[in-house]
Amino acid sequence: MERRNRKTLLFCFCLFFSLIILSSAFQSDELLQDDEEFGLEGRRAPDLDHINPTRTPSAPVRRRSSSDHDSDSKVQFSLEHAFADSDFSPAGTFTARLKTSSHGGQTLTKLRFSRTGFSETEKEEFKKLLKDDEFYRIRIPSNVLSPPGKDYIISSVKARCLPREGLDEHFVIHMDGVNILAVNYGSPGACQYPRPLKYPGKWSFNSYTVLKNSEQAPRTPVFSEEILGGENIEGESTKPPERSFWAKYWMYLIPLGLIVMNAITQAMNLPEEQAVAQTQQTMQQRAPSSAVRRR
Amino acid sequence: MAMAVRVFLLLTLLFLYANFSSALYEDQVGLMDWHQQYIGKVKHAVFHTQRAGRKRVVVSTEENAIASLDLRTGDIFWRHVLGANDAVDGIDIALGKYVITLSSEGSILRAWNLPDGQMVWETFLRGSTSSNSLLSILTNFKMDKENMVLVFGGGCLHAVSSIDGETIWRKELATESFEIRQILQSPESDIIHALGFVGSSKFVTYKIDAKNGELLKHTSTAFPGGFPGELSLVSADTVVALDATRSILVSISFQNGETSFHQTFISDLVADSAGVATILPARLTGIFAMKINSFIVFISVTDEHKLEVVQKITYPAAVSDVLSFSEGQKAFALVQHGGSRIQLVVKLDNDWSTDLLKESIEIDPKKGFVEKVFINNYIRTDRSHGFRALVVMEDHSLLLLQQGDIVWSREDGLASIIDMTTSELPVEKKGVSVAKVEHNLFEWLKGHFLKLKGTLMLASPDDITSIQEMRLKSSEKNKMTRDHNGFRKLLIVLTKAGKLYALHTGDGRVIWSLLLSSLRRSEVCEHPTGLNIYQWQVPHHHAMDENPSVLVVGKCGLGFDAPGVFSFVDSYTGKELDSLSLAHSVAQVITLPFTDSTEQRLHLLIDASNHAHVYPRNLEAVNILERELPNIYWYSVEYQRDIITGHALKGNCILDVEDEYCFNTRELWSIVFPSEAEKIIATATRKLNEVVHTQAKVIADQDVMYKYISRNLLFVATVAPKAAGEIGSATPEESWLVVYLIDTITGRILHRVTHFGSQGPVHAVFSENWVIYHYFNLRAHRYEMSVIEIYDQSRAGNKDVWKLVLGKHNLTSAISSYSRPEVMVKSQTYFFTHSVKTMAVTSTSKGITSKQLLIGTIGDQVLALDKRYLDPRRSPDPTQTEREEGIIPLTDSLPIIPQSYVTHSLKVEGLRGIVTVPAKLESTSLVFAYGVDLFFTRIAPSRTYDSLTEDFSYALLLITIVALIAAIFVTWILSENKELREKWSLTVQ
Repeated sequence: MERRNRKTLLFCFCLFFSLIILSSAFQSDELLQDDEEFGLEGRRAPDLDHINPTRTPSAPVRRRSSSDHDSDSKVQFSLEHAFADSDFSPAGTFTARLKTSSHGGQTLTKLRFSRTGFSETEKEEFKKLLKDDEFYRIRIPSNVLSPPGKDYIISSVKARCLPREGLDEHFVIHMDGVNILAVNYGSPGACQYPRPLKYPGKWSFNSYTVLKNSEQAPRTPVFSEEILGGENIEGESTKPPERSFWAKYWMYLIPLGLIVMNAITQAMNLPEEQAVAQTQQTMQQRAPSSAVRRR
Repeated sequence: MAMAVRVFLLLTLLFLYANFSSALYEDQVGLMDWHQQYIGKVKHAVFHTQRAGRKRVVVSTEENAIASLDLRTGDIFWRHVLGANDAVDGIDIALGKYVITLSSEGSILRAWNLPDGQMVWETFLRGSTSSNSLLSILTNFKMDKENMVLVFGGGCLHAVSSIDGETIWRKELATESFEIRQILQSPESDIIHALGFVGSSKFVTYKIDAKNGELLKHTSTAFPGGFPGELSLVSADTVVALDATRSILVSISFQNGETSFHQTFISDLVADSAGVATILPARLTGIFAMKINSFIVFISVTDEHKLEVVQKITYPAAVSDVLSFSEGQKAFALVQHGGSRIQLVVKLDNDWSTDLLKESIEIDPKKGFVEKVFINNYIRTDRSHGFRALVVMEDHSLLLLQQGDIVWSREDGLASIIDMTTSELPVEKKGVSVAKVEHNLFEWLKGHFLKLKGTLMLASPDDITSIQEMRLKSSEKNKMTRDHNGFRKLLIVLTKAGKLYALHTGDGRVIWSLLLSSLRRSEVCEHPTGLNIYQWQVPHHHAMDENPSVLVVGKCGLGFDAPGVFSFVDSYTGKELDSLSLAHSVAQVITLPFTDSTEQRLHLLIDASNHAHVYPRNLEAVNILERELPNIYWYSVEYQRDIITGHALKGNCILDVEDEYCFNTRELWSIVFPSEAEKIIATATRKLNEVVHTQAKVIADQDVMYKYISRNLLFVATVAPKAAGEIGSATPEESWLVVYLIDTITGRILHRVTHFGSQGPVHAVFSENWVIYHYFNLRAHRYEMSVIEIYDQSRAGNKDVWKLVLGKHNLTSAISSYSRPEVMVKSQTYFFTHSVKTMAVTSTSKGITSKQLLIGTIGDQVLALDKRYLDPRRSPDPTQTEREEGIIPLTDSLPIIPQSYVTHSLKVEGLRGIVTVPAKLESTSLVFAYGVDLFFTRIAPSRTYDSLTEDFSYALLLITIVALIAAIFVTWILSENKELREKWSLTVQ
């Protein structure tokens, strides 16, 4: 686990570095936008939040808009939590910049999160959750401007997935403009099963947050008709011409070789046997002729 | 080891991909497929028997079909299935050669040629308001020798020529909420009367000149009691209606423009009149029929508006319309039940005492009660009048009764299948004799000899026909026992009428049928509806001797909180083992992967208040469930509010009554779609019984990709609310389609992608690690199909052989949904020409065979499309290794190969669903497509690589072997002789 983390870190660092070299003129918040850098269309941008220091995560999101005419304002929305079936109580605040683009679209950027630590009673409740392998639940409003919007968005995790050295948590907030569709809450890495009972060393949270917007589907490839041959449909196409001599004629060469080898061995055997077989041969030669004569 | 596995996989893949979609030869049609044509529950019937060589009846049905049936056999002469929202309102025959149908709430009038069903003309009638619709053909009014069709629809009265569909005149009668209930024509003059209600309190008459539509007179009289809308015409100037409280009968006379009401209390006529009275829509003269409580009361109306009860019969009964069969004589039919027999009585409508016909007919009690009856007369050989009756039963079957006998019957309930499941047939046992269907050795040899002749092209045409017949009637496929290949199964289908049928996959015959008592209308349950059918008990380990059974879930009523009903039915005998009326509603049924000791599968029912109830109700089931409680999650999709929520189970219910089978649930996660931007239109999940052979996928460059295989993935498609309507209702700029892949345990969105300028309807299939969905692209003006494949990156590191050898891999570790998934998604989009009605994917028993998509096209056919065409890794110019792997060069649209239609030349009219069931033979998958028609076949997406074909000649093989052995002996003897001779010749010398 440790090693893998380090590996990912290294990998991310390399990517990061190469990106900086590639696009030094770019602002750093364009980084995650550059899906093309990661090759395949339709693939998710890798989450670089691992290298983002805690409490200053930002995953900027923009939707085909030029930032020149954007106006910014600050928004705040709160995170609430609940232990198993208890009522929700405030647990932290998200602050973000609301960008209003020239054509009316609003997006959130620069999300920051400040977590209020557990109080003593909450610690006790959390310990109880750990003991019972129960759910730790959180909720956030579905609209950041007019909370709670349509409804609260709930997410939950088995409490035993959170403790490491501290309490590690990972938020992925799926946005659509100023609306929050869903929040994926859980541990930043794996949560092994069966879940062992383990109390955290420190009662402080390491929070990672990511904002995600929908990406656009790639366009359907459009070809001109002449490329589309009828035979292409069948999955067959013209064979590539370059094939080695051996690859082309092996089926003729092997029998030929066998025949040659056979001939050689026979030729080698012939002188030895000649003397022995001479008498027999004459007899055999005579035999059919005699048979014919008898008939 | 891993290398070997990889090589093996590669070989398998190569092997699988080397096959292309296969087609059928002409003589193979019907060998392994069958097709059945139905029409649905009959709504109207018109007989056409006069001067016609072939007696026929034209019917319209609730499946929006119009069909002409042979009166002798019940076969379909011709049939048209109109669209899903083109319901037939009325049907009649005009000019003796056209069938006139009125559909789509009185806006489309069509004429069909009676002998062959060709459409003659079609007229769209534009109305101004929505109203009821009525079709009436003026028969005794002749205008240039043509019949005039009078149509009321959309608040207008239209007169249409029956020859060419031209509108002769159109009269707008559009006062608000005006509804015509009856159109009358005077026998002599060209005057027509239209009677109806405005709102619920005014009775209105119109007197109209039929020649030009001139309004001659109009009366409108208010009645303080109000009308619920039903009306029965008793004579030329009197109608009877109920008042709004349904406790007073109002006879209305409208002679000479004067309308007068006469009220009679029902309680004065009928002793126990506590129930709700309804007037039956039977058209009799001087008499009307009324249903109250469990009786049908016939009441005559005298000239002085006095009402008198003529007859009172107990309810399960049906009354036909009047039929004028000779000069001035009119008759009607009455069908009553008595035990398992029904009594058909034909009476003269003005003389109650005499019966023209009285027959008692034995009827299968599984058909339920008689719902409708239509009569027709004919001249007997002794020149007297005979009557035949067409009867619609409770299970939607159609019977023709004549001379005290059932001439034919049609199981038309099968046209409205709601849900289906399959059941294995019993195992062939030593004691069980199946000799009846088996050939003796001689016949077997003869058959193979014929086949051999066929292969060697020596067969005469007679032989060829007998070969074909033999193949079609192969007894092998119709046996009532299980076979090695798993081709023979029972298809158990639930129909809208609440009837279960078991169909044999060999030839589609009905093995048993059962009208479920829990889904029949009764006092307790006014509107029972069947919902789903599940496999309840599939014995294979502990309870081998027991018969398998199915569970039918229904509900009692139309609301979402209506209480549920259960029926348990034996799959072999078709007997109802048990039925339950539940105290709670049924919102969702979850089949759990656990069984109790008697192999009964555990089912979890979620009710409207989010309580979970476990079935079967025994302690063992509760114990099993309690053990697995922390691992049971479920989700619900609220289409109205566009919210998806995830739930988990938690302790027992805290209710007033102690109930140990009831569990509380709690909400774990929710996804709230903003109502101004997104609306859920489609969801798809993997089939529960799907088998995935391997998680690894070897790609061309000897690399391995691991499929992200989770049973808890949900595909959701949302569209912009503006674009939720028909195609074309929104511009490309304001429509978009967003698709999601959601883990249903944690509510995690694994993938989310937006297609701008696209809209629904969306059809999707989910299988293994991929989902394919079909939608409309407004910018390209074409349908598109997209594929999303999802791969697990957390296992991607397991490529090193040494890691595998030393066990340093995570392939065997448990997967938890709470771990953060590392997934990679590949997707691609292709154009697809057809619009799609439904989609399915083939499933095989081990999941090795490559998959095919089964697409129900708009033409009601089933098209098989290889999944390879929808591979996201297709590229314009694949490398050599990729080609070897089977990757097809990228094209922008998906090919439609005519040979790959599974339904070949047939149509499954009104196609609604396609179900695939794996056979035991890995290469083969059974396909059942249902709609108004049924179609069954078996397909082999990669050809039958694991068995010999049907027409493999064993005889040829045997003969070859025998001939070879004989040849060996002959040559041996010959060579012996020759040697001997040679030796003699030597010694002689």
